[in-house]
Amino acid sequence: MNADRRQVLKTGGGATLLALLAAAGWIPSAWADAPGWSKADFDAHTMDDALKALGAGKPAASGDIAFFSTPDIAENGGVVPIGVNSKLPNTESIAILVDKNPFTLAALFDFPAGTEPTISTRIKMRETSNVHALVKAGGKYFVTSKEIKVTLGGCGG
Amino acid sequence: MKRREFLQGVAAAAIAGLPVDAPLAADSADGAHFYDALKPFGNVGLLHITDCHAQLLPIRFREPNVNLGAGASRGRPPHLVGEAMLRHFGIAPGTRDAHAFTYLDFEHASRAYGAMGGFAHLSTLVKRLRADRPGALLLDGGDTWQGSATSLWTRGQDMVDAAKLLGVDVMTGHWEFTYGTARVKEVIAKDFAGHVDFVAQNVRTSDFDDPVFAPYVIKQVNGIPVAIIGQAFPYTPIAHPRYLVADLSFGIHDERMQKVVDELRSKGAQAVVLLSHNGMDVDLKLATRVSGIDVILGGHTHDGVPQPTSVANRGGKTLVTNAGSNGKFLGVLDLDVRGGKVADVRYRLVPVFANLLAPDKDMAALIERLRKPYAAKLDETLAVTEDLLYRRGNFNGSYDQLILDALMAEKNAQIAFSPGFRWGTTLLPGDPIRYERLLDQTAITYPYVTVTKMTGETIKTILEDVADNLFNPDPYYQQGGDMVRVGGMRYAIDPTALIGKRITRMELDGKPIDAKKQYTVAGWAPVSEAARDAGLEPIWDVAARWLRSQKTVRARQVNMPKIEGIASDPGMA
Repeated sequence: MNADRRQVLKTGGGATLLALLAAAGWIPSAWADAPGWSKADFDAHTMDDALKALGAGKPAASGDIAFFSTPDIAENGGVVPIGVNSKLPNTESIAILVDKNPFTLAALFDFPAGTEPTISTRIKMRETSNVHALVKAGGKYFVTSKEIKVTLGGCGG
Repeated sequence: MKRREFLQGVAAAAIAGLPVDAPLAADSADGAHFYDALKPFGNVGLLHITDCHAQLLPIRFREPNVNLGAGASRGRPPHLVGEAMLRHFGIAPGTRDAHAFTYLDFEHASRAYGAMGGFAHLSTLVKRLRADRPGALLLDGGDTWQGSATSLWTRGQDMVDAAKLLGVDVMTGHWEFTYGTARVKEVIAKDFAGHVDFVAQNVRTSDFDDPVFAPYVIKQVNGIPVAIIGQAFPYTPIAHPRYLVADLSFGIHDERMQKVVDELRSKGAQAVVLLSHNGMDVDLKLATRVSGIDVILGGHTHDGVPQPTSVANRGGKTLVTNAGSNGKFLGVLDLDVRGGKVADVRYRLVPVFANLLAPDKDMAALIERLRKPYAAKLDETLAVTEDLLYRRGNFNGSYDQLILDALMAEKNAQIAFSPGFRWGTTLLPGDPIRYERLLDQTAITYPYVTVTKMTGETIKTILEDVADNLFNPDPYYQQGGDMVRVGGMRYAIDPTALIGKRITRMELDGKPIDAKKQYTVAGWAPVSEAARDAGLEPIWDVAARWLRSQKTVRARQVNMPKIEGIASDPGMA
């Protein structure tokens, strides 16, 4: 089963797979027109600029946002798994921001009403940084943060 | 309560209470009955070995005199050394236990009490304990296949054979993975099938997050279902070359651990034990976050901790242990399981004194057979040491200094780095440094020696990075090794500061290190693929060449950093 999945990806090629997924109705046909995309948001170089571009102001810290399956020390800074779940009512979006990345906003997910506000993705990190999960819920912004280390490696026990 | 019983258990030893300078007889009064106190208790017996680092024969291993705890861990087990350790656990000075658990009076006590560990002696002890503990399991916490010449040359096969003969039932791993993922899978399929369960809940494929090993095993012990969950070293791909475990992802994964525990309880497990290679500080934190584990049998950080730490959590409490290293100890956990749960517990970390335990004949024969093809090479005397040679400790050891001195001399380098490994046996003054004893310090699958031009800024970045792996106040950011050993360059360190601020006063030949200037730095154990493919010399060749040229190794000037921010600490003597 697992081997099959790998095989499909290897031999099927991206285009074929995407076509299949679209045909199966798993991805929207009008993907390119998805709302929420903003070049300005993703161009921000600092936390302040990113928050400003998103219109988030000064988000309040929230215990209702949780990271899951997110490492404390990245095994590979090139693919750092990030999982975020929001328990805030009326969650509209989840953004991932990385303080020390050249571009602060790493990902932005919009949730249509009735969607489970949970995301799982992989981001790139150049160095050890605080990573923020910024949630828009009921028109207001909330945040939870954690440090993810990107180390030089070696020297273990 | 527990501490008192521990004292009673070794009452004879405690009564002996020999002063430090007394002439300790090789088999003094405390010796003859040393193991008599290990009476069984309850109805489930679990025996635990960990981090033996492939030491098949008895060895000497000096415990650290610096083992600082970061943040809230300061002064708490396992971060106690010497007299602070003795006081906390009520161990009388000048006894066998004091020798086993501390560095105190090491040379004198080691000559008196002899070498420790060894699989033939351990096997005798295991058999004796199993005889009155029906169905008792033997659990191996890993770091078993690495740390000696013969384990390296047989890719762990000598240890696999010895562990099977010893009767290991369940195992997890760390250095095992440095022979590559395929080798671990090969041993599981060829050697372990039907004999040893290899368990690791925290290892998944890095592409689809699929499980790679069984997360746990449920064993019937004396008719009681006992679950053993495995936790491999979470930072294996970071602490070692990524290419060795290219397709695997590790990590701590305590949410998943909770699910596993809940699943096991729902399946009717009456005792749940975590066989962990997290390291003790990580285990202590994990025990606050995951509930339903009765006992964590821990390893990795090489802490010989006489009694468990009890940690409160939502589900009640979890006992956390750590069973030392290099074959010095056997953890003996006796559970009384009643009404479907653990009602009472006894735990002792039992030192394995080779001269108090007759070697098991079958194991001795196996070890002899395994070593025979390599005997001539192992026995070559490279030099004789005039001083005590040891490694373990947060900042440096005399054996590491020897390696640093060899690196700087042989590679004509201004500065040398040597990894802060916690394995590596100890030699007494006057001992020959045989080839085997050099490999005890160096036997890894990425032994390449590098010589690199580094700016002062880069050197500082490296020291800060490694220091944070050791002294980050959050245990989940700690990797469980010691500070990189530094030759040539002096520096000061404040372990209580945050990353970027710990390392100061870097100096070479009395002059401050210049951030922009380049320095020649020799090192070994690089994690990059490029270093593997560069045709570099292995560390044992470089060190052996230097040792042969010395013939007699004089006492080393051990380069210790100046430690700041800590006035006095129970973890430093």
